[in-house]
Amino acid sequence: MIVPYSHILMLAGILFAMGVFCAVARRNLIMMLIGVEIMLNAAGLVFVAAALRWQQLEGQVFVLFIFAIAAAEVSVGLALIVYAYRRTGSLDPETYNILKW
Amino acid sequence: MTIYAAIFYILAGVILVATGLAITRRNLVHSIVYLVISFFGSAMLYYLFGAPLLAALEIIIYAGAIMVLFLFIIMMLRVEPSALRKPTLRQWLPAGVLGLIYIAVAILVVTTDPGSQTILETALVRPRVFGRFLFQRYWLSVEIVSFLLLIALIGALYLGKAFAKESGDQKEDQA
Repeated sequence: MIVPYSHILMLAGILFAMGVFCAVARRNLIMMLIGVEIMLNAAGLVFVAAALRWQQLEGQVFVLFIFAIAAAEVSVGLALIVYAYRRTGSLDPETYNILKW
Repeated sequence: MTIYAAIFYILAGVILVATGLAITRRNLVHSIVYLVISFFGSAMLYYLFGAPLLAALEIIIYAGAIMVLFLFIIMMLRVEPSALRKPTLRQWLPAGVLGLIYIAVAILVVTTDPGSQTILETALVRPRVFGRFLFQRYWLSVEIVSFLLLIALIGALYLGKAFAKESGDQKEDQA
């Protein structure tokens, strides 16, 4: 007997909202990536809880894939950030307006 | 309230506080450290929900590999502490109103759904069972994901190489 499923949904929802806030409101490329990580983590939490509720292993399998996606996303994202930083010398997303005229 | 429920609420509180601190710190290193605490809490929640292998992987991949990668990048680049965006009220108001509507609807959906009140029973999936299930039923997905990781590796390498080549050209130009 742990807790009602709805409490886990609430926790994951709050975590996801924090991730969205971090991705939208921070003025830094690295913090935007971190926001995406928080969102992925919240989604994984719901998957594991759902696997426990319906007693199906598929939920846990999907969390494994979410881990892999997160690792791939972070490696490519950080490589892009380093590349962009070396070109412009800034991590502020508002300085990337090279296509604006 | 059982001991498991108490553990869940304590962990949930720790995770929420750590994540809230992480997304508001000005110093990036501080946010990374708070985020590691948050991911440790998530790993313990995974263990509580009967997924010990995923708990170990959460610590190894999330709290270990990904966060250390972030730390490396922050140490490599000269990152100045960044403030929160200061948007105007006209920008915040629509987002805030829409977000509040979503929160209200989500709370309604979650509380009125009769199935969501079912109290979860504890269970445990042994890593051996999990691995056997994974490689018997989802071996193709595992192969696809490994391919995706290979592509990500090649992409990251290419991005690094592309810059090295460009800067080399610039140096030759200057010379």
